[in-house]
Amino acid sequence: MSYLLILIPFLALVIANLLPKSKRAEIVFWMGLVLFVAQAKISALYLFGLLPSTGLQGIESILGFHLVLDNLAAVLLFTLGLTGMAAVLVGRFTIKRGDDRFNFLNLLLLSLIGINGISMVKDLFTLYIFIEAVALASFILIMLYRDKASFEGALKYLILSVIATALMLSAVGLLLLSAGGTSFAELKMVLPGNWLARLGIVIYLCGLFIKAGLTPFHGWVPDAYAAAPTAVSVFLAGIVTKASGIFTLIRVLPLIGSQGAVQEVLLIVGTLSILVGALLALGQKDMKRMLAYSSISQMGYIVAALAVGTKLGVLAALFHFFNHAVFKSQLFANAAAVEEQVGTVDMDKMGGLAQKMPVTGITSAIASLSTAGIPPLSGFWSKLLIILALWLSGHYFYAVIAVLASVLTLGYFLYFQRSVFFGRVPEGLKDIKEAGLGLLLPVVALSAVTVGVGLLFPFFYKVLLR
Amino acid sequence: MTIMIGLLILTVLAGLWATMTALLLRAAIGLALVSALLSIIMYRMNAPLAAVFELSVCAGLISVVFISTISLTHRLPLQEFKVRRQSRITRFRYLPLVLVLAALGLYIMYRPFHIPLVPKEMVNDVRLVLWETRRIDLFGQILVLLAGVFGVLMLFKARSKDGN
Repeated sequence: MSYLLILIPFLALVIANLLPKSKRAEIVFWMGLVLFVAQAKISALYLFGLLPSTGLQGIESILGFHLVLDNLAAVLLFTLGLTGMAAVLVGRFTIKRGDDRFNFLNLLLLSLIGINGISMVKDLFTLYIFIEAVALASFILIMLYRDKASFEGALKYLILSVIATALMLSAVGLLLLSAGGTSFAELKMVLPGNWLARLGIVIYLCGLFIKAGLTPFHGWVPDAYAAAPTAVSVFLAGIVTKASGIFTLIRVLPLIGSQGAVQEVLLIVGTLSILVGALLALGQKDMKRMLAYSSISQMGYIVAALAVGTKLGVLAALFHFFNHAVFKSQLFANAAAVEEQVGTVDMDKMGGLAQKMPVTGITSAIASLSTAGIPPLSGFWSKLLIILALWLSGHYFYAVIAVLASVLTLGYFLYFQRSVFFGRVPEGLKDIKEAGLGLLLPVVALSAVTVGVGLLFPFFYKVLLR
Repeated sequence: MTIMIGLLILTVLAGLWATMTALLLRAAIGLALVSALLSIIMYRMNAPLAAVFELSVCAGLISVVFISTISLTHRLPLQEFKVRRQSRITRFRYLPLVLVLAALGLYIMYRPFHIPLVPKEMVNDVRLVLWETRRIDLFGQILVLLAGVFGVLMLFKARSKDGN
């Protein structure tokens, strides 16, 4: 049945493009919303063991798609359901032109199929194809408004992404040459003792670093996130980079194991991303750029946890993967609400908005505190697990850096809160009102997830352990 | 083997020309040459289907797209062009040396390394492999094509006044 998770959105995509022009944006909005919510529900049921796993495990269909829905895939599918739902709602209420909205939703459906594919395939080449499909959809999404800034952002993403593509394709070539195949099962058998195949995996991982926007390959992230329409940023920051880069890393890393030089490289890249992202976020005036740099920093935490290679490390990485997707999508949705009401994302031109936009203010404070790792919110638990994983595996230096960077995170988020939501309301913003229900719905829902997961952490920890 | 080495050297030279030339049109022709030479190499390595794809898509289709795009650009004034050409040659002056050294290094490293050729009788099975075991890849490629089509439609279609 796992193939249905690809086939149903594909049919929806085909239908969407056959609809009459006059009503298609509205119909596709509902189709997208239903698909993302249904996906979140199905994957949640699967994760909590309420859906019979036998019925979903890689049934050979007439299509001959070799897809496997496992717990790891379900985490990505659930995360995608939540962030996609937020992106659809934000897009519905912030993208004004009908044709732009239709293009946005159309490409979102295509990305949904691509990311569902990424989650369930067990072959390095197939993984690469789905990653490329999602990347191509992302370039176009960034250029949705066709202005100079968005072309520049998309071009930077495109150029770096092409380098990643070349690396990954070369890796596939090396693996075919040395291992005779690219399926995970074949590679697992061949990798020990085959240096050429191991080199192939390492090159593939380098490509993933670019896709994930990790330091020193992070140059495209702030430009792309800041230039894209905010609804697109919700989706890009929430799930696209995570699915293409981090999730694939989680899938591929066990093939080669995180030890020796691979572990060192992952730790260094992770820690550099944590520090560089946090330090650059400190000086930003543009809300979306600040959130983009913050994303780089949080991705670094996930990679550092993965580098540890222990069960706790992977668990911590996966937990932070989910948490970060939720609170970063929410923060971008908050940014969309502010941009919609105020008309700018320049934090120097704002102030005191919490009085005018209380729901946006409270929810953004929750997400900011969760990102900084303040208890009892979800981000606190995942960061605690990451630091514990680093400490218990003897990587004290990296653990200390992770703690110190959390202080930096708190610093730039306090600046963000103070600049935007506290202090005096500037003269021109006296008549600002709270954003509409459509924009508040995703931020309230995602805030509830952040608080709920934090308060019920022992329960979710058990689910993750499974 | 001598022919193969000759073809590889020609491929590298064409690539070098594509990189170092200051004229976009020459760069596009250089790239097409690389693809054409690569097609011959693939054909000689018993991979005729890959050779056909390389020749039709990379040497053919992509070159057409490049040349169409280049035809939309304007020529630089001669003096400025000469300055640019000089700076380009200066920037890449060590590239041929780096390539020769890399080729020597690779030759020394991989001399004992034998690249197995695909047996001729298996060549016809590529289609079977694609259809029987890699159908999901074909589906993924349909997605990539669709994304490309949506992109072209979105970027090049004139916006309607009412936005619908």
